[in-house]
Amino acid sequence: MTGPVLWALMGHWRRNPLQLFTVLAGLALATALWSGVQAINAEARASYRLAADILGSADRAQITARVGGSVSVADYVALRRGGWRVSPVLEGRYDGIRILGIDPLTVPRGGGGLPEFNRTDIGAFLTAPGLILGRAEVLDRLRGRTLAGFETRPLLAPNTAVMDIAVAQELLEVDAGLTRLMVDPQQPLVQVSLAQIAPHLQLTPPEAGADVARLTGSFHLNLTAFGLLAFAVGIFVVHGAIGLAFEQRRGMIRTLRALGVPLGQLVVVQTLELLCLALIAGAVGMCGGYLMAAALLPDVAATLRGLYGADVSGSLHLRPVWWLSGFAIALLGTGLAAAAGLWQVLRMPLLAAARSRAWALASRRAARWQAGAALALLALAAVLTGFGTGLMAGFVLLAALLVGAALALPLALDQTLALLAGRAKTATVAWFWADTRQQVPGLSLALMALLLAMATNIGVSTMVSSFRQTFVGFLDQRLAAELYVSAQNAGQAADLQRFLEGRVDAVLPVQSVSRPLMGVPVAIYGNRPHATYRDNWQFLQAVPDVWQRVAEGKALIVNEQLFRRAGLQLGQKLAIGPDQSLGSSLEIAGIYGDYGNPVGQVVITEDLFKQLYPEVVAQRFGLRLDPSQVSILRGDLMKRFDLSESNVIDQAQIKALSLAVFERTFTVTAALNVLTLALAGFAILMSLLTLAGLRLPQLAPVWALGVTRARLAGFEVLRAVILAAFTSLMALGLGLLLAWVLLAVINVEAFGWRLPMDVFPAQYARLGALALMAALLAALWPAWRLVRRSPADLLQVFSNER
Amino acid sequence: MLVSLRDVHKSYSEAAGRTAILCGVDMDLAAGETLALTGESGSGKSTLLHLIGGLDSADSGQVILDGQALSALDDAALAGLRRTTVGVVFQQFNLIPSLNVADNLAFQARLSGRHDARRIADLAQRMGLEPHLRKYPEALSGGQQQRVAIARVLATAPKLVLADEPTGNLDEASAAVVLDLLLELVGETDAALLMVTHSAQLAARMERRLNLQAGRLA
Repeated sequence: MTGPVLWALMGHWRRNPLQLFTVLAGLALATALWSGVQAINAEARASYRLAADILGSADRAQITARVGGSVSVADYVALRRGGWRVSPVLEGRYDGIRILGIDPLTVPRGGGGLPEFNRTDIGAFLTAPGLILGRAEVLDRLRGRTLAGFETRPLLAPNTAVMDIAVAQELLEVDAGLTRLMVDPQQPLVQVSLAQIAPHLQLTPPEAGADVARLTGSFHLNLTAFGLLAFAVGIFVVHGAIGLAFEQRRGMIRTLRALGVPLGQLVVVQTLELLCLALIAGAVGMCGGYLMAAALLPDVAATLRGLYGADVSGSLHLRPVWWLSGFAIALLGTGLAAAAGLWQVLRMPLLAAARSRAWALASRRAARWQAGAALALLALAAVLTGFGTGLMAGFVLLAALLVGAALALPLALDQTLALLAGRAKTATVAWFWADTRQQVPGLSLALMALLLAMATNIGVSTMVSSFRQTFVGFLDQRLAAELYVSAQNAGQAADLQRFLEGRVDAVLPVQSVSRPLMGVPVAIYGNRPHATYRDNWQFLQAVPDVWQRVAEGKALIVNEQLFRRAGLQLGQKLAIGPDQSLGSSLEIAGIYGDYGNPVGQVVITEDLFKQLYPEVVAQRFGLRLDPSQVSILRGDLMKRFDLSESNVIDQAQIKALSLAVFERTFTVTAALNVLTLALAGFAILMSLLTLAGLRLPQLAPVWALGVTRARLAGFEVLRAVILAAFTSLMALGLGLLLAWVLLAVINVEAFGWRLPMDVFPAQYARLGALALMAALLAALWPAWRLVRRSPADLLQVFSNER
Repeated sequence: MLVSLRDVHKSYSEAAGRTAILCGVDMDLAAGETLALTGESGSGKSTLLHLIGGLDSADSGQVILDGQALSALDDAALAGLRRTTVGVVFQQFNLIPSLNVADNLAFQARLSGRHDARRIADLAQRMGLEPHLRKYPEALSGGQQQRVAIARVLATAPKLVLADEPTGNLDEASAAVVLDLLLELVGETDAALLMVTHSAQLAARMERRLNLQAGRLA
C-alpha cells in the first residue's frame, strides 16, 4: 500500500516542480552554508591537534628558560647526565614555515606526533646534508633553499617541516641554543632535581602553555554562529515551501484517508517522502558546502595564522563525521520545516480536512502567539543587555534580538498596512492596501528571511568597517617608527645599536618576556621613554601624567585585553617581577587599545625591565629618522650586517602587511554575508513565484470589475517593492542594534577589546537599493505572466463546471 | 444484513451549544439492495452516510457493517474497511490532483490489493474515459471527473457503495448518464448502494427510499 500512497504524494511535486525546486534548493543552500562552515572549523581543529601533537605541549611536559631566551646545549647535556630523559627541540619560523629541529634518537616513544622512522630514514636524517620531512606543499616552498633532501609525509602537521637540529640551525641561521627540551613521560626513579642542575630553567607541565585551540575558540564560535544564521535563513525558505505543499495537499490527504489509507501510514509515508527530499538536498548541499569550504579555507588559514599564529592546512580533507553531521543537519532542517505540517496532519479530523483554508492565513490565535513570542524574546534581549555576562549570553542576546524582530515583522507590517488602508482616498488604493495586507502571511517567511539577512549584513559590515577604521588609526599610532630592524643575535644587536648612534633620531628597543600574570598569559614590554609614545599612543583610560609616571618606574600601563580579562582598575597595584615582588608598588596608570592581539600586555620603562629581566637582550628595534633617509639606511643595514629583507622592514611594509591580514580576516565573513543575502533574495523570488499561482482567484474579481491586467501587474510589482522597503527600514534599525551588540558585547567577550561604533550611511543605502532591486526583479516575472494571461484563464475562476 | 444501525445518535458542538444531527436512527440495508436517503438540507443525510462509511463515529448506538461493530474498530481497521468493503463517491469528486486519470482509476484497487488491469480498462471504456486516461483531473469536466470517481470505487468491487449527492454538481444530462452507469455497474457487482440525494426523480430509481427529517427517519 505504501507504494501507491507515496506515488500519489510525490505526484504533488511532479505537478509543482517550482515548489520542489524551492524546497531542494533552500535545503541544499542551508546545508551547504552550515556544512561549509563546519568543514572549515573541523579542518582548523584537526590542524591544531596535529600541531599540538607534534612535539607540542599538549600532552608532554617541557623544560624552557625561565625568562625567555634559549636553553643551552650544556644545560641539555647536564640534564641527561643528571638522569633526565629529555630530548632537544629547536623551533623557529622560516618564511612562515614552522621549522622543527629534533634529535630522533632521543625523542620520547610514541613519536609526539612525529612520523615513524625506519633505519634508512634515520641514517639520511642524521647525516649531511640531512633530510627534511613535511607535507608536499611545505617541501615545495623549501626547495632550492637548502642542500638537504626532502621526503613527503602527508600526515604531518600543516605548514611544518621536521629535520635534524643541525639542519634547522642552518636554515634558521642560529648558532647555538635550543628552544626547549621535551620531557619523556617515562623518567627514572632517581634523578638530580632540575633546580640543582639548572635553576634558570623551568619545567612546564602538559597543557600549561598557550593553547591555540583555546585562543581560536572565539573565532570558530563566530563562524559557527554565522553558519547557523545562514542555515536558519535557508530553513525559512524551506519552511515556506513545505508549509505550502502541506496546505495544498490537505484535500488529497482527506481523499486518501477516505479511500482507506490509515492515518499512521500517511504520516509514515510523508516522513519517508521528507526523508528522501532531505537526503537528496543534503547530498547536493554537502557538495556545495565542500566547494565553499575549499574556496574559503585558504583565507581562513591566513586569518588564523595572522591573528593567532595558528598553522591550518589550506587544503580540505573529507571526514566521515563531517558527512554524517551534514546529513544530520539536512534532516534536522527538514524536520524543523515540516514539523508543523506533520503535526497538523496528525491532529486533523478526517472530515475537517475537506474545509480548505487559504495558505498560511494566520489565524488570530497564531498571530497572538507570534506577538507574544516576539515580545518575550525582545524582553529577554533587553534583560541580557543589562545583566548578561559571558560569550554565550552574548550569542543568546543576538539570537533573541534577531528572532524576536523577525517574528515581530509581519505584525508590524499588518498594523502599518491596516493604518494605510484606513486612510486611503480612492477605492483602488484602499483595495491595494487591503490586498497587500492579505498577502503578508504568505510572504512573511520570505520577508523575515530578508530581514535577518539584511540586518546581519548591516550589523557585520558596520562592525568590520568600524574595526577597519579603528585598526588603521591604531596602526598609525603603534607603528610610528619609520624603520624596524631585527638582529640575528645578541652580539649583532649590540653592534647595530653602536652603528645607529648618530645616524637616527632615536633607537627604540622592542623587548619583552612572556609571563603568566593573574592567571592570564601576558607579554611584558620594556619601552624606552621617548616622545614617540607620548605623541602617538592613545589611552582608553589614563591618569594625567601617565608617561611621566611610567618613565619614573612608578607605574605601568596595560592593554585593554588584560584590563578586561583580569578585571583590573586604573590606579590598582600590580606585581610583575620574576618573583612578583620587585614590581609590587607599580600602579596601573593607563589602559591602551590593542586591536587584533589575543594576548595581554604590560608596558614598563626600559630601566625597570632591565632590572627585572637582566637576561633579556633586545634584538628588535624601532628607528626614528627622517622618512627621506629610510631607504638609504635600510640598504646600509642589510649590506653591513648581512640582514635579509625580512629583518629590515619599513613602516609602510608593516602597515600593508597588517592591513592585508586584516582584510583576509573578514573574507570569510564577507562571503557568508553575501551568500546569506543571496539566499534571502532567493526566498523572496520563490515566494512571489509560488504566490503568483495562487493569486488568480483574488485578482480575477478585481479584473472583472474593470481594472486592467497591466494595472494589476503594476500593483503586484509595487507591492513587492513596498514590502521590501518596509523590511529594509526595519533591517536598518535591527542591523545597527546588531552592530552594537557585536562591538560592545560579543567582541569584548570573545577578544577582550571594545571598538568604537561608526555608521556608514552610503553602505546601507547601497544595500537597501540592492534589496529593492531584488524584490523588483523577483516580482517582474509573475507580473509579466499576469499581463499575458488570457481572459479565459481569469474567467475560469468564476466557473466550477466545464 | 450488510448494514444495521441501532439507536444511533450524533451531535456537533457549536458556539451556541451542542446541535443534535441524528436522534436515534434505526435502519438496515441488505446486500445488493439500492436505497435512496432523502431529506432537507441539514437533516443529517451526509452525517449518516459518513457514520456508515467509518468516516466519522456515532456518539451512541450501534453501526454494524458486514458483521462488524464500527465503534469497536480503531483507525487502521476502519481504514481497512474503507479500502475493501466500502466505496465512497463524493459530491465534490475528490480525485487525487497529482495523479492522472489512469492512476486515479487504479489507485484504490492498488491500495486494497485488488488491482485488475483488465477490469479497470473495461471500466474506463464503459465510462467513456479512454480518451482522457493521460489527462489530469483539472482538465476534465465535472461529469467526467465524477465518472472517474465512480470507476475508481467500483474497480475494487466493494460490497457497499456510498454515494453522497453524486450528481449534485452536474447538469441534468450528465447526471442521468452518471446515474445510469452507477446503477448498471452496482447491479453487475451485486453491491449495495446507499445514495444521498435531494432529487425525488433520482430517488425513484432506487429499490427503497428513506426520508430523514430533523435527525429521525420518517
